[in-house]
Amino acid sequence: MNLTLKIWRQNGSSDKGRMVTYRVEDVSPDMSFLEMLDVLNERLILEGDDPVAFDHDCREGICGMCGMVINGVAHGEQKLTTTCQLHMRHFKDGDVVTIEPWRSAAFPVIKDLVVNRSAFDRIIQAGGFISVPAGSAPEAHSVPVPKADADAAFDAATCIGCGACVAACPNGSASLFTAAKITHLGLLPQGQPERESRARAMVEQMDAEGFGGCTNTGECTAVCPKGIPFDTIAQMNADYIKAASK
Amino acid sequence: MKFRRRAQQQEERVSLPGMYRVGEPIRDTKAPEGPIEDRWDTRRFQAKLVNPVNKRKLTVIVVGTGLAGGSAAATLGELGYKVKSFCYQDSPRRAHSIAAQGGINAAKNYRGDGDSIYRLFYDTVKGGDYRARESNVYRLAQVSVNIIDQAVAQGVPFAREYGGLLDTRSFGGTQVSRTFYARGQTGQQLLLGAYQALERQVAAGNVEVHTRHEMLELIVSGGRARGIVVRDMVTGEIETHLADAVVLASGGYGNVFFLSTNAKGCNTTAIWRAHKKGAYFGNPCYTQIHPTCIPQSGDHQSKLTLMSESLRNDGRVWVPKRKGDNRAPGAIPEDERDYYLERIYPAFGNLVPRDIASRAAKNVCDEGRGVGPGGLGVYLDFADAISRMGRDAVEKKYGNLFEMYERITGENPYEVPMRIYPAVHYTMGGLWVDYDLQSTIPGLFVVGEANFSDHGANRLGASALMQGLADGYFVLPTTIGDYLAGAGSFGPVEEGDVAEARKAVQDKIDKLLSVNGDRTADSYHRELGRIMWDYCGMERTEESLRKALERIPELREEFWNNVKVPGDAEGLNQALERAGRVADFFELAELMCIDALHRTESCGGHFRAESQDADGEALRDDENFAYVAAWEWTPDGPVLHKEELDYEYVKMTQRSYK
Amino acid sequence: MAVTGAVLVLFLITHMLGNLKIFLGADSFNHYAEWLRTVGSPALPNRTILTITEIVLALCVVLHMWAAVSLARRAAKARPVKYAAKRKSQAKGYATHTMRYGGVIILLFVIWHLLDMTFGTVNPKGGDATPFDRMIAGFQPERWWVTVFYLVAMVMIGLHLRHGLWSAFQSLGLTRRPRSRGALQTGAAAVSAVLVLGFVAAPICIMIGVVK
Repeated sequence: MNLTLKIWRQNGSSDKGRMVTYRVEDVSPDMSFLEMLDVLNERLILEGDDPVAFDHDCREGICGMCGMVINGVAHGEQKLTTTCQLHMRHFKDGDVVTIEPWRSAAFPVIKDLVVNRSAFDRIIQAGGFISVPAGSAPEAHSVPVPKADADAAFDAATCIGCGACVAACPNGSASLFTAAKITHLGLLPQGQPERESRARAMVEQMDAEGFGGCTNTGECTAVCPKGIPFDTIAQMNADYIKAASK
Repeated sequence: MKFRRRAQQQEERVSLPGMYRVGEPIRDTKAPEGPIEDRWDTRRFQAKLVNPVNKRKLTVIVVGTGLAGGSAAATLGELGYKVKSFCYQDSPRRAHSIAAQGGINAAKNYRGDGDSIYRLFYDTVKGGDYRARESNVYRLAQVSVNIIDQAVAQGVPFAREYGGLLDTRSFGGTQVSRTFYARGQTGQQLLLGAYQALERQVAAGNVEVHTRHEMLELIVSGGRARGIVVRDMVTGEIETHLADAVVLASGGYGNVFFLSTNAKGCNTTAIWRAHKKGAYFGNPCYTQIHPTCIPQSGDHQSKLTLMSESLRNDGRVWVPKRKGDNRAPGAIPEDERDYYLERIYPAFGNLVPRDIASRAAKNVCDEGRGVGPGGLGVYLDFADAISRMGRDAVEKKYGNLFEMYERITGENPYEVPMRIYPAVHYTMGGLWVDYDLQSTIPGLFVVGEANFSDHGANRLGASALMQGLADGYFVLPTTIGDYLAGAGSFGPVEEGDVAEARKAVQDKIDKLLSVNGDRTADSYHRELGRIMWDYCGMERTEESLRKALERIPELREEFWNNVKVPGDAEGLNQALERAGRVADFFELAELMCIDALHRTESCGGHFRAESQDADGEALRDDENFAYVAAWEWTPDGPVLHKEELDYEYVKMTQRSYK
Repeated sequence: MAVTGAVLVLFLITHMLGNLKIFLGADSFNHYAEWLRTVGSPALPNRTILTITEIVLALCVVLHMWAAVSLARRAAKARPVKYAAKRKSQAKGYATHTMRYGGVIILLFVIWHLLDMTFGTVNPKGGDATPFDRMIAGFQPERWWVTVFYLVAMVMIGLHLRHGLWSAFQSLGLTRRPRSRGALQTGAAAVSAVLVLGFVAAPICIMIGVVK
């Protein structure tokens, strides 16, 4: 199939940036979206043009490095799918595909489709951990964890930190990301001692990073490639209110 | 004496004039003598301690933030060292350990099914086809139980039973249930645990993380590893970072094959630069080919995706009995199917170790009985499992893997059997290290997949996570102290050594940008990968390896004269990053082929067609090859140093899974 | 947002119940209106409680709007460069996307509504008529457009409430478990539906002549 791509090109953070149109031909339906961009880039290099910069690494949907807004939807319209796992069989000949970076003040563009997501690392630094130095852990079976709690914690823990939630949120909020970690650790007995301080510190860091506020639109969970449940945000709010009221 | 005689014999038998020279044998001098179960305790007691006040004055560089590097950096930070951590990704959480699916082994014996530290040790040595060090492997098995405790305390949500206790499963190559798992995302959960511990140390001010920085050179001064030269991938700036010790945790080099299950960014540059600065490279030819990957769909393929081999617990592997039978799988009646693993290996059936399952798949495909595009695939069928356990139970156990398969192939594995084919997955080889995980360059430590140490010639499933975390949380933080206790005498880093390292980096970048030829780095990488897969892949012969050794230098020559790298070095330039990595893969590929050629035996993941028994199984040559091949880089070609392997506890036998 | 919204929801419930007194006849309705003015009397001067209520409500409206405006401004700041492609909503729920413009429509409606029913400025009977007469006159068939505007506004309020109520529950952390989440979601929809029906009952009945 042949496609027309409209790609955001921005040469560094000080450049204003613009949409540039490219044609790609003979796209195989078995290609992944990123392989389609690889083909474009190989051609651009040989033509002496600057290839399109985009982040990617594992290409199996788990590292969270890739991410672009495809036709207005973070990671494209396939549910529960990262950009690298999106395959061209979901497009058809003659489609015009718009490709943009995550848009968030907290994720400044580095180049083209590559953004800086270190704000997420700082949110984790604020409290997204359980303080247990190596070697100090008690025997693993000393604290049984009800299976339901372990499973719910796991569901929240599958967040890959890609930032699609922020990209999709009309408010540019990072609530789903932050809530996923607060919920994961807060549901486990091991996470109880720091539960409230964690919620408070992480929420405050999230706000300090310049993300928008949550108005519970649910766009985040709808585009989340791991389907992080929306309830996690309620859990974060409950823990935060409890912590803040003390 | 005995050793020298063997070396001579071998020299006579295999003549590889001009390819390499044999140097002095090498020994691991750090593993204590005495009963194997006491050795780690003894070493810990012998290791010198660093005064807590001094730790703050000592800087340790850790390159890579996967399970080994992340856990090492976090733990060193907890101990009070000043740690500088580097990764090429945009966050430490992206390291490729995150993609490990199946699980992590530990000798907890929670099932009471006869597991023990000794059994895990035994299985690992045997699984490694008797090419790993007993002392290291025993320590790994000992430490494995602490890893589970540590991970659980960090909040890693392992699968649990209804009673709230941890669930385990059995995993390729073992008959006890010792694999702890978190659905199909064990690597992710363990890595996030290490990442969170690391970020906690960042917040505490003990660790500085430099993301989007790529190590391009090691600084050796006064005979010690004293720093690294990195490129800031965003600004293009070449930076120098000095330290009292350097830890490489940069992962494996499976991407030398271009197509592998590694992340696109995985590369050999960090360890290869260290190798060229004097660190010996151990067993470079030991490559693990994973049997359950999704087959290639076309020439555009940029990577291969692995599916957890836990699928082999319930899926049955088969191909049509008849050659060229291209009926749809459902149309092939039961008696015209060959469940070849169950047929050839009745005791282990579909659960035989990875190397055996992979080669068996290759064999049936070579016979013309492969399925799918190009005949490069075999079926992994869940029809029986679905009728036995019900679709819901199968979905519960493997749902996410099935979804992943469907996303990539567009086929529904609940209805049509999966197609799988082996793919390069892990490299057992890596920089040679002693019991302390120190390389032949003093002050250069190597952990995780980047070192060669614990898996011998074949790694068992669920052992990579175990080794990475054992190295990072428990082994390195102890052993590095012994080295750093002597830091007072290290002296200043020579200016000239820094300048030389920086110049090497700058020259290479300038060269790559100046060629301006007419092929992309990726196209060379693809071609190199093809050579490696065809001639140094699942099955190697003297002829194929010689062919590879002819083609690789030619292609490398062409690369340096005809590669096209666009843009400049001033900012983010992904094509430049890639070209630099490909250049190092070329050099490594040659060493891999030399190593594979010199090792005329078959063992584990290294299968030499010339060395097989009547049934086509790998035939080891313990008389001549029970050693680690530690390669030294010299301008005149590689020099082989042999580390003889002694087996005091595990008797060497032919691995049999029949 | 959640707190001021909650006050306004309580007001709407009492307002609706009061409105339904129209079905009990002119006396009952007028008497109710009178009671609103004199409640607390003679201990307190007339309209004391009513005035306090009005002030609280006005304050809530202002704070509610202020919260909305600051959220919107924060959102604009959080995404200084907009997407070129039209952002396609992936979440289910139309109500979510009506909050901002729906809120503006509701505000315009409230202004009209006060001029019509409270001050009588735009009411055919003027400010001096009894509340019952004003109400009947306001929704006569020849003023069908008033009724239509009223109905549209009520639907907007319904949508606003449906998301607003549920969103308040979420913001207060009450929707953590699937069960409470489901119950509160249904609850939010039910309260919104009852309110809308309660409010539209009177104007429709007046327009078609059931209440005269």
